[in-house]
Amino acid sequence: MHKLDTRPKMVLIKEVVRENEQVTTLVLDASVGAEPGQFVNVWIPSLNEKPFSVAMDDGKEMRLSVAAVGPFSNALCDKKVGEKIGVRGPFGTKFKFEEGEHLALLAGGYGAAPLYFLASEAAKKGCTVEFIVGARSKGFLLNVEKARELGVNVHVATDDGSEGSKGYNTEVLAKILDEGGIDCVYTVGPEVMMYKAAQMAKEKGVRAQISVERYMKCGMGLCGNCCLDGEGAPTCVKGPVMDLEKVLDSPEFGHYHRDQLGNKHNF
Amino acid sequence: MIDLSVEFCGVKFQNPIVLASGVLGVTGDSLAGVVRNGAGGATTKSLWPYQHEGHKNPTMFGTEEYFMNAVGIPDAGPEKAREEILRYREKCGAPLIANIVGGKMEDYAEIAAMAAEMKPDVIEVNISCPNVEDELGKPMACSVSKSAEVTRLVKEKVGDIPVTVKLSPNAPDIRAIAESVLDAGADAVTAINTLGPGLAIDIDAGAPILSNRVGGISGPALKPLAVKAVYDIYAARKCPIIGTGGVITGRDAIEMMMAGATLVGVGTAVYYRGQEVFGEIVREMNEWCVENGVSKISSLIGKIHA
Repeated sequence: MHKLDTRPKMVLIKEVVRENEQVTTLVLDASVGAEPGQFVNVWIPSLNEKPFSVAMDDGKEMRLSVAAVGPFSNALCDKKVGEKIGVRGPFGTKFKFEEGEHLALLAGGYGAAPLYFLASEAAKKGCTVEFIVGARSKGFLLNVEKARELGVNVHVATDDGSEGSKGYNTEVLAKILDEGGIDCVYTVGPEVMMYKAAQMAKEKGVRAQISVERYMKCGMGLCGNCCLDGEGAPTCVKGPVMDLEKVLDSPEFGHYHRDQLGNKHNF
Repeated sequence: MIDLSVEFCGVKFQNPIVLASGVLGVTGDSLAGVVRNGAGGATTKSLWPYQHEGHKNPTMFGTEEYFMNAVGIPDAGPEKAREEILRYREKCGAPLIANIVGGKMEDYAEIAAMAAEMKPDVIEVNISCPNVEDELGKPMACSVSKSAEVTRLVKEKVGDIPVTVKLSPNAPDIRAIAESVLDAGADAVTAINTLGPGLAIDIDAGAPILSNRVGGISGPALKPLAVKAVYDIYAARKCPIIGTGGVITGRDAIEMMMAGATLVGVGTAVYYRGQEVFGEIVREMNEWCVENGVSKISSLIGKIHA
């Protein structure tokens, strides 16, 4: 059941933080009661509205870490303290974990934003967290220092070796899974990386929760644009966080996605 | 055991609830998912004869009383439609209604011929979307002669596939439009499309909420208008009708049938009750029939006219 009123609410930007070469965090003077894994639709009136995963929501304020990749996200990153943007949500499913579990979080690029939110919540509940972050290079790493301050185990991999180990973060995950003891893998980032992580977890018999990104318009399971082939259910309602079995059962996940008109594109 | 099946233009549906056009329905798997969740059949999103862009976000929002949308009928075109309908057929045996739309008169003939090749069980002609300006919509949906002309163009192209024309509540006399399309050869009508368009302004933003500024109104507030439209059309012609507009519960669906609907379209109810709403509505209809000693649901069609 959805919230019955899904009109956007205009909220104040109280702080703007430049995180790295690509990512800016907007601190908003409002909470939507989001939990790790969920997303909100962010509206700039007269421009557009797009979905963004929530980087933090403590019940009083909310953070969105936005990578400047297109016209809308660039406009969002250019917002100043004191301006307002529209927000509605939270939408979608959450990451689930049990107290005291040993969790492996695999973040690619700005996937480190929602996974840092999960790491901080899991750490509060006495979980042991392996926070594995991968990026092109040092300048694209996100939330590494903050995760260290949290006291979780941080592992860094960069494509060019400018920080941490040189290579893919999935290689780090492989080593951690080989050591054993992981209860669940959580992953947010490029789909090819997540597909690999899901297969690795499956081979090891470890549970995994995957944040599936599709072209979402409404966030309410109505427009049908983000339906994932297989079950055909909308990702914005039955996801974005989905269990390993669900995503690997889909003929679509890891292989192709659809644009805003429904045309298929291969990864 | 209640017989929930109905026959619509010679096509048998296991129950009267069908997915209305515009909600879900982008992919074959999502259409099949709606049937798996309990619907008797499903309607595609409007299919264009060519690729058609939709509007930017926000495209929709809801409140307790009503829902507004202006998605702008995005579509990837006939090649993708063919693939998705094939996929639906592989997975699902329930009837499929292909909804078609065009910007100009010729478009309707073109997409009708293309859709007929995809062999849907029924073709529904959208002459009444209020959200695509300067193309179709008000002039056509509200004009007796243009509605009839579109119907004739489509009928010529689709062989023996039954055709239903989706009507607008914005016409001053919906019964006159219904009669004109039936006289032009339509086998049935679908009543009603969204109302309006209406306008909602976010006063804090000082801007309309929808990117298209205006949008069609659906949801609970639309139901009395939809029931009245179905009632008026059935009173005039006793034709097969897909009654749609504000149906959220099994009781709403039965109300629509009593007014004269054979099939009941459900769309916005997904907002209020989630993906499982189709089966829930069918269950509620079944329970009502049990409690009221109705053994065949088709006996309720047009009941209040007797």
